[in-house]
Amino acid sequence: MAGSLIVIGVFLSLIATFGVIRLPDVYTRNHAASKSATLGVMSVLLGTFLYFFLTEGHFNSRLILGIGFVFLTSPVAGHLLSRAAYYSGVKLWDKSVQDDLKEQKKKFSKR
Amino acid sequence: MFEFILKISLIGISISILGLIYRVIKGPSVPDRVVALDAIGINLISMVAIVSILLNTHAFFEVILLIGILSFIGTVAFSKYLQKGVILERERDL
Repeated sequence: MAGSLIVIGVFLSLIATFGVIRLPDVYTRNHAASKSATLGVMSVLLGTFLYFFLTEGHFNSRLILGIGFVFLTSPVAGHLLSRAAYYSGVKLWDKSVQDDLKEQKKKFSKR
Repeated sequence: MFEFILKISLIGISISILGLIYRVIKGPSVPDRVVALDAIGINLISMVAIVSILLNTHAFFEVILLIGILSFIGTVAFSKYLQKGVILERERDL
């Protein structure tokens, strides 16, 4: 039970890493890293919590707090990074077709 | 058997951190490197969790919380620096 959760979490972390290596631009890399690394770490922490709860009967609230904290902060960090990358002028991928934020920025800077 | 699974998982996380270090070194822009460093911090959390199962102790769970908080604060500070050029803004002059 705990072992399978840990293996699933490590597998998700590996998938996140291959996404970060192989995807073409910052935004897609940020997408891969923030989603699957977060789910992987939450799964590993849940496996650790279950291991200590099932073998020793030791209810550790710090692991629950860690799961909640990672779940809350990691997407926020991803959002802030993606926004900072856009406003500091990092280009999108060549083959991306739509950039709505650029038109909005142009419209609001003219006023 | 369970220890073998845990060691395989540690090797997997190490491979994942190595791949992210490749992105930190090569990444063409600064936000790439910050994304990779944030993901390295997140992977370190799961590494600490697995090592604390292997050592069969609950002394290291504060470290998990601490790495999470420090990684979040570092990423927020870096993204504010990239977007505005300052981390802590000055009060408006009178």
